[in-house]
Amino acid sequence: MATEILMPALSPTMEEGTLAKWLKREGETVSAGDIIAEIETDKATMEFEAVDEGILGRILIPEGTEGVKVNTPIAVLVEDGESADAAAPASAPEPAKTEAPAPKAPAEAKAPAPAAAKMEPDWPEGTETRKQTVREALRDAMAEEMRRDAGVFIMGEEVAEYQGAYKVTQGLLDEFGAKRVIDTPITEHGIAGLGVGAAFGGLKPIVEFMTFNFAMQAIDQIVNSAAKTLYMSGGQMGCPMVFRGPNGAAARVGAQHSQCYAAWYAHIPGMKVVMPYSASDAKGLLKTAIRDPNPVVFLENEILYGKSFDVPVMEDFTVPFGKARIWREGMDVTLVSFGIGMTYAIEAAEKLATEGISAEVIDLRTLRPMDTDTVLASVRKTNRCVTIEEGFPVGAIGNHLSAVIMEQAFDYLDAPVINCTGKDVPMPYAANLEKLALVTTEEVLAAVHKVTYR
Amino acid sequence: MAARKPARAANVSRDELMQYYADMLMIRRFEEKAGQLYGMGLIGGFCHLYIGQEAVVVGLEAAAEEGDSRITTYRDHGHMLACGMDPKGVMAELTGREGGYSRGKGGSMHMFSKEKRFYGGHGIVGANVPIGAGLAFADKYNGTDRVTFTYFGDGAANQGQVYETYNMAMLWELPVIFVIENNRYAMGTSVQRATKSPSLWERGAAYGIPGEEVDGMDVLAVKAAGDKAVKHCRAGKGPYILEVMTYRYRGHSMSDPAKYRTRDEVQKMREERDAIEQVRQLLLTGKHATEDDLKAIDRDIKARVNEAADFARESPEPDVSELMTDIYAEA
Repeated sequence: MATEILMPALSPTMEEGTLAKWLKREGETVSAGDIIAEIETDKATMEFEAVDEGILGRILIPEGTEGVKVNTPIAVLVEDGESADAAAPASAPEPAKTEAPAPKAPAEAKAPAPAAAKMEPDWPEGTETRKQTVREALRDAMAEEMRRDAGVFIMGEEVAEYQGAYKVTQGLLDEFGAKRVIDTPITEHGIAGLGVGAAFGGLKPIVEFMTFNFAMQAIDQIVNSAAKTLYMSGGQMGCPMVFRGPNGAAARVGAQHSQCYAAWYAHIPGMKVVMPYSASDAKGLLKTAIRDPNPVVFLENEILYGKSFDVPVMEDFTVPFGKARIWREGMDVTLVSFGIGMTYAIEAAEKLATEGISAEVIDLRTLRPMDTDTVLASVRKTNRCVTIEEGFPVGAIGNHLSAVIMEQAFDYLDAPVINCTGKDVPMPYAANLEKLALVTTEEVLAAVHKVTYR
Repeated sequence: MAARKPARAANVSRDELMQYYADMLMIRRFEEKAGQLYGMGLIGGFCHLYIGQEAVVVGLEAAAEEGDSRITTYRDHGHMLACGMDPKGVMAELTGREGGYSRGKGGSMHMFSKEKRFYGGHGIVGANVPIGAGLAFADKYNGTDRVTFTYFGDGAANQGQVYETYNMAMLWELPVIFVIENNRYAMGTSVQRATKSPSLWERGAAYGIPGEEVDGMDVLAVKAAGDKAVKHCRAGKGPYILEVMTYRYRGHSMSDPAKYRTRDEVQKMREERDAIEQVRQLLLTGKHATEDDLKAIDRDIKARVNEAADFARESPEPDVSELMTDIYAEA
């Protein structure tokens, strides 16, 4: 009986990939365990093994095809003497099988297609832009700053020879060499502390954490050593460095790999905290972070790495800290978010528009310093506010914003501010539960309906 | 520790001996004064005195050169004085005054001098160890042959990040000297109650780091070991560990009743092994100095300590505007 070979999901966040190369030809015999193709994922180029045996009857997706969705049939395996042509039509173009691995559904639900920025771009009108992924934008930011300043170096687990666990540092080793692109042992506390010392010694370290979940092992160095020394030394010694890496939930990686640390680090005086959403912000803010004379926690997101946005083609594009970006202007309600939370805010705003509710969407971009002026000005206009973030609800960024709005714009409010957050539970593994544990667009819509009394 | 013969003064000049004597005595008198000021309520919070351990920093600073760095934990007054920081600025930081090294915002445990390459003064036990390796990393990155003295205690030696640092320091051959000041008690817990390891420096062997035990009550032995370690690091051979066996006469902090050891133990150490007394005897028996010469030094040090204490009392508290400065460096 003919068997379909489906495009595999080779990473937790992979939704599609490139069929880079077929290593078997039509008509060749395949045994279980044979490498039949090379598939490029959002993270790396992977070898794809056959799990069944038979004859490669027909290749459905030619090599070099990009954007092949997970679970799409890519070839048909037949038994000896069987016709591939007979087998192929029997299987439909609809590939989704109930037992198939399903990272697709939650990943898609969490990350709707990014919308184009409507308002206040950070570059001059008429500047040429090109589509770039957040991943590429981050890499370019580091490469540009490393070219500009010989004191900038990056260290972390798998940043060099492996080209980055999430390919963010791809190509840096080739250009800058092992002196400046440094693979470290798995030793988060150690590299955080060593980075602090190197910064005290006059260098500009970028410490990459494979994820900020692992930075919990290093948080003493980040908070006690990096953030407080300028103050404790009476201004003599600062700590110019960047701690960066993916933060928050990816997809299906469970409680210990899915936490958002935005509120944790935003709590600390002496720290600067950045959490970009778009590729242009990722690039412009990371360049600003590397140049900043203070320690910066730069919170990225694994799901956003592969998303493409317009990035200006400019010699030296930077985005200042402490300046929120108005993504969409509106009159009826203010939606405030940051990082991946923006995907819900934007999706909600689009749906609300079809209902005749005009939502203003603000991306905070930096959490410390936080541009509360932009939020307050918007709330004074719309008289309603909903905040959106994936982090836990207690002590959330939205809680802080609510307090600021209450203190400074109380008389303008026509409804209490609602905080949409992740749920107050450790992240579950099951796909359906994970989806519920995160904030959902439906919850944002419900909150808006509540504050607008519609 | 059994009584030993006083240190021999081989290959050491009179000037060097006199300098060691004066530097160690300066630390002791400074710390005694700090203890008094604490008792008077002029110094607050935690105050960890270095009395008894003076030979460690004085011996190692004698092995250091211009441009070398040093970093330690919270028992840091001696390190600051030994590397040439102004006693007035140190004492005024203890009293939390504007004239202090951190303008009163750091206190006893958090003081720094970029000029003297003294990188703290860290209140978290063990946290200064990877930072010290990072300073060495910067020196190596910049192509210099400078070394970093990274001091920590026998207590910190059981923190995990010390071993993360050993691993990285050897892997990248960083010019860092790990100085374990083994004063036998981590607060109130003796080394024997904290580890089954017979010695702390030998743990470096697991990472390929050479090291040795040093008699920390003998400033000449410390200096000799420091010279060896510095030579090793400057030659680009990577880190070196010195486990310096020392003893603190006072409590862990000012509020320590010291019930974990006997008065006899402390007394015996003071009488038989005191580092300052050993050098004093060398000077006198070797006819390098007379009692009067040494008295003159004592008087001079007492005057400088009193001057520091006066400054620390008279310096005003930081202006209230200082509360909100130095949080961020200007971008």
